[in-house]
Amino acid sequence: MTKLQNFLKGIIKENPTLVLVLGTCPTLAVTSSVINALGMGVAATVVLLCSNMAISALRKVIPDKVRIPCYIVLIAGFVTMIEMIMHAFTPDLYESLGIFLSLIVVNCIILGRAEMYASKNNVLDSAIDALGMGVGFTLALFAMSTIREIFGNGSWLGIPIPWLSENPIAIMTLAPGGFFVFGCLIALVNKLTHGKGVKKKDFGCESCPSAYMCGKRSADKCGKDGEDK
Amino acid sequence: MKSLIIILMTSVLVNNYVLSKFLGICPFLGVSKKLNQAAGMGAAVIFVMLLATAVTWPIHTYILARNGLEYMKTIVFILVIAALVQLVEIILKKYMPSLHASLGIYLPLITTNCAVLGVTLNNINDSYNFIESMVNSLGCGLGFLLAMVLFAGVRSRLETANPPESFKGLPITLISAAIVALSFFGFSGVVDGLFA
Repeated sequence: MTKLQNFLKGIIKENPTLVLVLGTCPTLAVTSSVINALGMGVAATVVLLCSNMAISALRKVIPDKVRIPCYIVLIAGFVTMIEMIMHAFTPDLYESLGIFLSLIVVNCIILGRAEMYASKNNVLDSAIDALGMGVGFTLALFAMSTIREIFGNGSWLGIPIPWLSENPIAIMTLAPGGFFVFGCLIALVNKLTHGKGVKKKDFGCESCPSAYMCGKRSADKCGKDGEDK
Repeated sequence: MKSLIIILMTSVLVNNYVLSKFLGICPFLGVSKKLNQAAGMGAAVIFVMLLATAVTWPIHTYILARNGLEYMKTIVFILVIAALVQLVEIILKKYMPSLHASLGIYLPLITTNCAVLGVTLNNINDSYNFIESMVNSLGCGLGFLLAMVLFAGVRSRLETANPPESFKGLPITLISAAIVALSFFGFSGVVDGLFA
């Protein structure tokens, strides 16, 4: 795989939000306005880039048995740094993202990339992978927030749109609108790729990046989610 | 007492963690296929939320805040929660195998559940005292359980439905979640009306 392919896979083929369906909580929560979505996307990308590079550089030092706690500490450290930077330079964005900024720590995209990619590849490849995934995440958030802000608020990036701003469909910026738009976007990806696009057909433990934390015994059990035990 | 009931009712119905705050979406969509699994996950989340709050609130108030280390709370809380969940799992396995069999498989999954970290951080951000924090955590956990159980019922009807081809699986699940979330909007105002 060339470096360019490695970068592009995160944007299209393995888009973390629309194809792998990871990190759903921030996706649904911050996309009520475009500016929040971009802020979240950039913050998560920076954390992902830093954590992927650090984990990749330390992959031979970190003992295998305690790797997850090590990753979490590294990620939480970077998240705290981003939080402080945003608090200082973009206080409005910091206020509106609120708790979801701290919750980047438990965003499964970041832990997932650390476990699946950074712990096995060199620093440069991990950085490219992180950039691709981050850009893919940001673009998906951008698309979703564009739909929700235009219809729900009648504006785009805060610029009012004639007619729509007088007749906003307020439910689109509220919680049900988030679920609805996300469902429709995934259905659209399904339609455009004739059902081959979306890797994760359903939620279940086998595709959850935290599944390895459950250990073999429970991973086996919860991998069979939905089927009779 | 009245303020505690308001906190409890608000976090169960109005500010439902899953349906209006978007915390803990992964287990909500992942483990809601069967009613008994949904209830098991909900019970485990209530348990871990209460436990995590009982430990993180004193740590924040008596250790971090006293030494001006509030900015460390994210790192400390996630580590405390991870360690706690591991510890509880070991204890349950040793002394209460039957409980472990029913709740055990959900416990490690909850470590990286944003609802648990979210509730501990929210308790600090809303500057609740210890009792209020515990009540708030209980409410959030109950709200999570309620949403899981309700949605499990919806999911079982979905199994037999026949949506358009591209909506099969995940998309139709998300859209039914939207309708369930919409129904919870009926509760906004209920709490204020009850205790006015």
